[in-house]
Formats: sequence, C-alpha cells, structure tokens
Amino acid sequence: MGKILMKGNEAIGEAAIRAGCLNYFAYPITPQSEVAEYLSRRMPEVGGVFLQAESEIAVGNMLFGAAGCGARVFTTSSSPGISLMSEAISYISSAQLPVVFVNIVRGGPGLGGILPSQADYFQATKGGGHGDYRLLVMAPASIQEAVEMVMTAFPLAEKYRNPVMILGDGLIGQMMEPVEFPEHLRTEPSNKDDWATNGMDTRKSSKPNLVKTLFLNAEKLEEHNVILKAKYDRMKREEVRYEPYNTDTDYQALIVSFGTMSRVCRTVIDDLKAEGFETAMIRPQTLFPFPEEPIKQAALKESCKVIISIELNMGQMVEDVERSVQGGRPVHWYGKAGGDVPTPEEIIDVIKSFVS
Amino acid sequence: MAKTFKKPEALSDQPPHYCPGCTHGVIHRLVAEVIDELGIRGRTVGIAPVGCAVLAYNYFTFDFQEAAHGRAPAMATGIKRVRPDLIVFTYQGDGDLASIGMGEIIHAANRGEKFTTIFVNNTVYGMTGGQMAPTTLQGQRTTTSPAGRNVEEVGMPVKMAELISALETPAYVTRQTVLKPKYIVRAKKAIKKAFQYQIDGRCFSLVELVSTCPTNWGLTPVESVKWAEENMLPYFKLGEYKTPDDVEED
Amino acid sequence: MQREVMFAGFGGQGILLIGNILAHTAMEEGYEVAWVPSYGPEMRGGTAYCLVVISDRPIGSPIIRNPMHLVAMNHPSLEKFAPMVKPNGVVVINSSLIHIGSDRDDVDELLVPANDIANDLGSIKVANIVALGAFVARSKIVDFEVLRKCVQEQFSSKEKLIPINMAALEEGKKVAQIK
Repeated sequence: MGKILMKGNEAIGEAAIRAGCLNYFAYPITPQSEVAEYLSRRMPEVGGVFLQAESEIAVGNMLFGAAGCGARVFTTSSSPGISLMSEAISYISSAQLPVVFVNIVRGGPGLGGILPSQADYFQATKGGGHGDYRLLVMAPASIQEAVEMVMTAFPLAEKYRNPVMILGDGLIGQMMEPVEFPEHLRTEPSNKDDWATNGMDTRKSSKPNLVKTLFLNAEKLEEHNVILKAKYDRMKREEVRYEPYNTDTDYQALIVSFGTMSRVCRTVIDDLKAEGFETAMIRPQTLFPFPEEPIKQAALKESCKVIISIELNMGQMVEDVERSVQGGRPVHWYGKAGGDVPTPEEIIDVIKSFVS
Repeated sequence: MAKTFKKPEALSDQPPHYCPGCTHGVIHRLVAEVIDELGIRGRTVGIAPVGCAVLAYNYFTFDFQEAAHGRAPAMATGIKRVRPDLIVFTYQGDGDLASIGMGEIIHAANRGEKFTTIFVNNTVYGMTGGQMAPTTLQGQRTTTSPAGRNVEEVGMPVKMAELISALETPAYVTRQTVLKPKYIVRAKKAIKKAFQYQIDGRCFSLVELVSTCPTNWGLTPVESVKWAEENMLPYFKLGEYKTPDDVEED
Repeated sequence: MQREVMFAGFGGQGILLIGNILAHTAMEEGYEVAWVPSYGPEMRGGTAYCLVVISDRPIGSPIIRNPMHLVAMNHPSLEKFAPMVKPNGVVVINSSLIHIGSDRDDVDELLVPANDIANDLGSIKVANIVALGAFVARSKIVDFEVLRKCVQEQFSSKEKLIPINMAALEEGKKVAQIK
C-alpha cells in the first residue's frame, strides 16, 4: 500500500484501528478534536466503539472500566483534558491496566493556548496524578513516527500492564505528512483471563477476578509498590529508545530535543555543518524511560563543550538531561512556551553564544 | 422458604466488616439472591464505590472492579460499551453517587447506559466518620453540620430517584427500603426487576434504598429503624418513579 | 533542495485545499512533504494560511519564517507575507481582490485575476484552483500533468465538479504563460 497524505490527528486515530484497537472514549478539546471527529465516522465502519463522554474525568474512568474487563482501549486529549484524566491514570497505573493515552499537548498553565507546546513533560514523565507511578511515554517527531508509536503502544501497554502515553504537540496533530500503516504492527490483544473482569463464563473459570487499587495493609501496599517499581525498572532496561543525529562527528555542542522541536534542531545541525561547525543531537523517543546513558556517553565526548536541552517549555527535560550528564559537562536550557516554535536561526545564535 | 436462609452462591463466606445494624449486609444478600435466581453470576461484574462498601468485592463470588470516588457509573459505562453481554451493576452510597459522582450518574442515566445502580442512601458519609451528605435531612446533625443541616446554606437534601426520573431517556427508577421485612420483599423485587431490564437490554436502572447508619447517627439499630421510618420515609418517598414502559405507553 | 510555498487568504477561499493538493502532487512525485496549517481562532473568518514544504530529503523544521513562494488570495495576506518571501520566489497575487503589488523587485510577481476568471467559468469557488494552476505553471514546482491527476482525484467523490476545476487549472496556467 502506498503512502497517503494525512493530518496527524486523523492518522493517530487510524493507527489505533490498524493496531487492533476498536474502543475509543474521548471528549473534544483543541488541538486534538479531529481524532474524535475522525473516529466517530471510522469506528462504526469497523464495528468498534466510539463514545463522546461528558468530561475527561468520565473518559478516564470509562477507560479504567473497559481496560479492567479486558478490552484494548485508548483515548486522545490535550493538556487540560489530561489533567482531568490524571485521577484515572493514577488508578489505572495502580490496577496495572493497559491503556493508551495520546496527549496532543497545548501551552499552559491553565487554559494556556492551543499552539504547539511541550509543557506537559513533567506531567507525563513524573506523574500528574497521585502516588508512585510511571507511564511509558513516547514522543513522535513526525506523523509517520506518531503512527508507529501508537501502533506499538498497545502491545507495550499489554506487556507491562501499564498505561502508555504518546506525547505529541499541536503541530503533530494539525500537520499533514505522507504516512503508511505498517501491517506488521497490527497485533492481537493479549489474553487477559488471569486478571480481567471479563466474566467467569467467558474464561470458563469459577474464580472471580478483581480489579482494585486499595491496599489498607501497609505490608500489602509496600509489596504492591515494589511490584510496580520492578516494572518501571524493567522498562528502563528494555524500552529506552532514542535517535542520535550527527554524533559520529567531533561536535562541539550536543543538543537534546524531542518531538517537533527536535526537527528544528535537525535543520540547525545541518545548517551549522554547512558552515563547518559540528553539533549533534540525541533525540529521546521515549521520555520515560529516559535515554540517560546514551546522553551521558554523547555528552562526555572529548570534543563536546556544552549540552543544550532545547524544549517548547520553560525548562523541564533539562532536569533529566542534567541528571544524565551528572556534572560531566555544562548543561544549558533554551526554549519558548508561548506557542511560537523557535526558528533555526534563533537556535543557531543560542548555540553559538553557549559555545563561545 | 427455607431456601432464603441458605447462603446464596453469589455471596462469599467472608464475615462482613459492617457495623451492627448496618443495612449493607441485607442489601448485599438481596443482590446476591437476585443474581443467583437470574443465573447470571458467571457474566456479572460488580463495581464497588468509595465509602463503606469499598470492600464489597470481598462478599461476592463474581468479578468485581473498584472505582474511584463517584466514578462507578463511568466505569460501568466503559465495561458495558465494550462488553454489552456482561451484566454490570454499581453499588454506591449517597456521598459517592449524589455528591462527587453526580455528573457521572446523571450522564450515564441520560445516555441510557444499560447497567444497574444500587444506591444506598443513609444520609451520611459512613466510612469517613459521619459527615454531612447531599441527602442529609434538614436539621440533621452530622460531624460537619454540628448544628444540624442548614438548608439556607447548603440547600435541601437531594432526591436522587426523582432527579433521575426527570430525565427524558427511558429508565427504571425506584425507591425502596430494607428497614423491615415487609419492605425487604418489595426491595428484592425491585432489584430483580432492575437486573431483568438490563438483561433484556432495555434501559438504565436505579434502585435507591433508604438505609440506616446506627454508628454515625449515634443510635441503636432498633432506634435507627424508627428514626429512618419517621424522618426519612416522609421525605424520601418509596415507590416506582419510572419504568421504560411508561415512556413507551405515552 | 527544499522549497516552501505559503498559501494565504480569507477563510472560505479554499486556501487549505490548494495547499493540500500541492502537497499531494509533490508526494505523488516522490518528494518528502509537510502541510502545516494555521489553526485556532484565526481560522474562523479571518486570515487562513498554510505552508507546504517540499523536499528531496526528510524535512527538518516545518516552521518556516521565510518561504520561497507565496500565493496571496487577499489584500491582508499579501501585506503580511510578501516581505517574508525569499528573493527569486514566485508571488502570485489574486488581482481581482488585491490592488497593490508585492513592493518587491527581487521576486517574480504574477498577477492573476483569479476571482474574475472563476466567475467567467461559472463559479467563484474555483478561484483557488485558478491560482494554483497559475502558481504551478509559473514556478514549475511540480509536474503540471501530475497536478492535473491530483486535482481530478481530489474531486473524485463530487464528479460533476471535475470539469470546472480542470478548466480553472488550465485558465490559471494560461495566465502564467503570458509574460
């Protein structure tokens, strides 16, 4: 099948269907409403479930119920909506349910704006809801990558019995690029008979299943948290994904950037190369687990004088970059949070000022 | 009637944690009996609330999920939409359903989600220690309304059965009680009817049950029954508020 | 080699659509493409614009301050974007609605009375396609034959609209060829 030109939001909706997810609950919010509009047409065509809920609070808890009874399920939203879903995300994480969340991030805090932003980095990677939990977070830099991340998110969520979040931004949602839906990424939902409340008759069992998050006994709650931590540690070992760019040169500056922002940085690196000034980039594709070791290694390269975390926010990922580099080199941040994506020219000036 | 004294299959052996005189035990038993009689245990999913019944899953022998506070109707919606063949009920108290979960229950009912809600109304937050609930009666003393519910400040007690019945979407809505055996027979019939409507794929169903909380009311179990009859029943009137047949006959 | 085209005009002039058709055409020719819309409140009634990026390698920044070319369908969009166009770019001006020039002597300015031509063809709605035809014929950014195919495909679900849109494309091309 050839490539088709598709808007990011529509491609994300189609990718979920192609991945084998036929259940979608959502609430409209700019800049992701096209996903709901698209799936309100598409889900009936494929015999799937589409429901527009009364709020994102309800959406989160619908996902909680649906995933609890064993269904493959997902939603899309944007920042303020994810805040409302954060209650359910905490419960879903504790109940160890596979659910895929797509956040087409907009600027904040509060209502903020609707333009491209990466201001939800902390919310996605450090919590957002209450309690000790982590989401597996992936950040696409193109619509094709968004498609592939959505398609791989479902088996990953099932492998870990943990929510997966795709952290996009307004540009990824609104832009059109050619995409294809790799057939090999279609997966069968895993068998969930040992824990899902899918009805005892369904699994031919006489033992009830229970989906719960309450552990009143201190030892039991401790045990539960240790189990969760072991999963997050396993993700750190097995799921780190990143893309190095121009790292085989004697670069003077190392950029760490993800999503839409990283594309601008790629142009920057090309433009500087043409001037004879080598820079490189590590682009985290997973934000949790964070590519700590690859960043550390790249930062410690002899020629590298400085590391710059370039983000569409006021400096969030830079904390993880600092943690990765562990003081081996100076780490700086540059970014904007209003919705204007910095131009290559702007970033070139910034890099030169840090290197000189 | 010896059969009624035998433990229903849908009820577990676990001794309940509820206080003496609490009506949860009776209501659990009625639900379990109905599930047995309808033969649906193998395809039923219960949803526990946050409140005294948070551990309800310990007392039943079928699948259960435990919801976030007030969100049981959204959770039930999620299950019913992806697995319409499952029989789903939420079991919620007055704080869970009529306060924090008001949005979820109204919209689920209005969409006509085909699950059943068992609503236990005892006018107080039991689990957290007897605070004022949306259904606390006018003048009733609680730990957060020490001078009695002042309706000038917090409004009148919410009548959920009436509120849900006012929606245009067809539903089965009834208010019963388990204060005395004569009421219990009727309550069980209502619960069975509610599940039957769900099995038939007809409509959303809500059974409100006027209940007691001797511990937080500061009364003995016997006094509690008397208090509820004298104070609650005149305000929370028993009866069938709506059936899907009403609408279809119009 | 990367080239960028800014399409701009009023909401309702079919700006996003002609950007879409150009991106589709370039994709069919095997180029990397990105179509970047303006979105949000400014879409409702005000200026609508979209940027199409066409490249022979993966596209880096899709945010471009200085596009190579501009197709301006109304006065405010010409005023806003003409100063940003790179030297030697093509600037198409819908002269039915815009009575000023680009005020640039380093660009290839092409006046296209798109609304008048569209009216003559029988529908004001095809003014955007007239402008697209003129732009592609002048800039040769994509193959005109492939463009014809893509316009046809675009209207394949509303077949009775195909003849007028094809005619609009050809009329645009004619204007571009008169130097």
